[in-house]
Amino acid sequence: MRIAFKAGALAAVAALALTTAACSSPASTGDTDGASSDSGPVNLTYWAWAPNMDKVVDIWNKSHPDITVTVNKQDGGDAAVTKLLTAIKAGSGAPDLMQAEYQKIPTLVSAGALKDLSKLGAASTKSDFTAGAWNAVTLGSSAIYAVPQDTGPMMFYYRKDVFKKLGLKAPATWDDYAKAAEVIHKADPTQYLGTFSSGDPGWFAGLTQQAGASWWSISGQSWGVDIDSAASKKVASYWGGLVQKGVIDNDPMYTPAWNAALNDGKQVGWISAVWGPGVLAGNAGKTKGDWAAATLPQWTAGANANGNWGGSSTAVTAQSEHPQQAMQFIKWLNTDPTAVKALAQIANIYPADVHATDSALTTAPDFFSDQSDFYQVAAKASAAVQPFTYGPNVNVAYSAYTDAFAKAAQAKQQSQFLSALSSMQSTTTSDLKKSGFSVK
Amino acid sequence: MATIATTPVLPATTRTRRGHAERPSAFGTAILLLGVVYCLLPVVWVVMASTKNGSELFSTFTFAPSTHLLDNIVELTQYRGGLFWLWMLNTAIYAGVGALVSSLVSALSGYVLAKFDFPGKGVVFGILLMGVLVPSVILAIPQYFLLAQIGLTNTYWSVLLPQLISPYGIYLARIYAAAAIPTDVVEAARTEGAGELTTFFRIAIPMMAPGLVTIFLFQFVAIWNNFLLPYIMLGDDHLFPITVGLSGLLNQGATVPALYTLVITGALLSIVPLIILFLALQRFWRVDLAAGAVKA
Repeated sequence: MRIAFKAGALAAVAALALTTAACSSPASTGDTDGASSDSGPVNLTYWAWAPNMDKVVDIWNKSHPDITVTVNKQDGGDAAVTKLLTAIKAGSGAPDLMQAEYQKIPTLVSAGALKDLSKLGAASTKSDFTAGAWNAVTLGSSAIYAVPQDTGPMMFYYRKDVFKKLGLKAPATWDDYAKAAEVIHKADPTQYLGTFSSGDPGWFAGLTQQAGASWWSISGQSWGVDIDSAASKKVASYWGGLVQKGVIDNDPMYTPAWNAALNDGKQVGWISAVWGPGVLAGNAGKTKGDWAAATLPQWTAGANANGNWGGSSTAVTAQSEHPQQAMQFIKWLNTDPTAVKALAQIANIYPADVHATDSALTTAPDFFSDQSDFYQVAAKASAAVQPFTYGPNVNVAYSAYTDAFAKAAQAKQQSQFLSALSSMQSTTTSDLKKSGFSVK
Repeated sequence: MATIATTPVLPATTRTRRGHAERPSAFGTAILLLGVVYCLLPVVWVVMASTKNGSELFSTFTFAPSTHLLDNIVELTQYRGGLFWLWMLNTAIYAGVGALVSSLVSALSGYVLAKFDFPGKGVVFGILLMGVLVPSVILAIPQYFLLAQIGLTNTYWSVLLPQLISPYGIYLARIYAAAAIPTDVVEAARTEGAGELTTFFRIAIPMMAPGLVTIFLFQFVAIWNNFLLPYIMLGDDHLFPITVGLSGLLNQGATVPALYTLVITGALLSIVPLIILFLALQRFWRVDLAAGAVKA
């Protein structure tokens, strides 16, 4: 298995297609069997972690008695991918369908875990998605490894009552954000406009994406790693500066302390993404009605650039015996107006389908019920997302981020933020080489 | 040692006299009290925290109780159609059935190893002792690969089967059988015409009973606490035991808030059966640990 993996990995992108081609040879025999099994009812299993996905799938099951989909709820993206990779190596135990985060697709493809959907008619869904989302599921090749399900354009949430009291406006640029952070912390030393979270690499990746970074690149047969690019350095040194000055907090997000700080008004802003309202409602229920949503501050005044944090796609695994039926379901789930509406309103995700804003996302989320233009802001944020390429060892880069930036944030030294970035770069590059990928 | 083993059955009068004779040392009591606080403080925290609702949890004083215990239990019960109680039931099945069968297997193997002579016995026992040294955690992934080959992953069997054989249980059973079952009795049974299985079930098992309770409890607690094996084996959360289920509620990913109140209430409810089990079987546990210490 290890040898097969390495051999596939060696030739990088071209090989990605080859690995899947090799893995899809049983699939094509499956297709011919598929003709006979088309007549009988088919059962598909679907690993997903979005809340209430089973209820969305129930709508499909009611209208499609021949293709029954069973949702097995998973514990978030990382755990599900680990399990899937184990099942792929073991040769059985994988589901038919998989909710796959965009940043995990290259990893799954290089492990031969996904079927190429381009021969199953996935191309017909292309017009439903933004170019960025489509690029994330094709990796820029002619294969289609998944169909976009939801995206996480980044957004800025802030306590409008606190801003009003201090005479501040929603920051249009990062300079404004830094000034606002200083004013807020001076007015009340227990309050912070935000925190630099060393526990959320996806968040930092999104911020560098907005600044124009793309951590990986594919050219011909080899991968490039560009984590310490000028754009990333700009972002790291900006946050390092704020932390060193002490005007923003340096503890990670999603800790009990952070939850409490949101709820008691000690954290008065949050750089997050379109799914933020759900988290705020759960963690800071007491502050409902005090928040406003805006697009991210910009690096150049008047520009409109954004990054992504989160978002996932639906893929068919290499072990599925019914790829055609699975594809039918995927197409329905992510592009049918009824399904997209259910994704938005029942599963509470921000559908990747660009038509969703008109039909499904008409009323603001409950936590922002007094901000009627919430989804217009979100649509603007979504349209501005910059291109970004993930590599096959995102997990390594992400854990390098957690290690290096935790130390930098604790030390409160701007210079250490920059050295953390270069340590991520070298760790990620050497891991790629060690795994047998060609690295330019 | 013998005195210690018999202390619990000393008449009450003897104990009172001893109490008068040995005055409790203040220092010893202080150390013990410290130990009590160390052990009970987290439990008190869980009890207090489970009475708070989401917004009180991190904002009110840690050890101040609130009034939302019932609401929390109702909310937990309603979570995805009572999934929590299914997890409790699953845990009871995994731990109960697993520990019962495992005790039986251990008794049978331990009895055979202690009372029979056959070629290769030393080798078998040696391999078994090596098995005691291998932590079950590192076997989880190989076990997944094996069970995947026969298509049993993501089923009840995938969690039950690997935990039926416990090298430590067999080892204990062998020690206990050697000490508690006189060979004369086994031979007498054979002379009277009892078959080997009859001898085992009618003569050996009753004599080994206290030791088997220990093995049962060990294995029950081990399966109850096991996280990695079910975590790797199971994809469908309707098959999860309580450990994996609760951990999932905390790791919902960045886009969903962690369900702290549900997890804390769930943790509180999940220790109740263990407490009951320990109170019920405590007697056997204590007697046997002391006896084992003497005879091993």
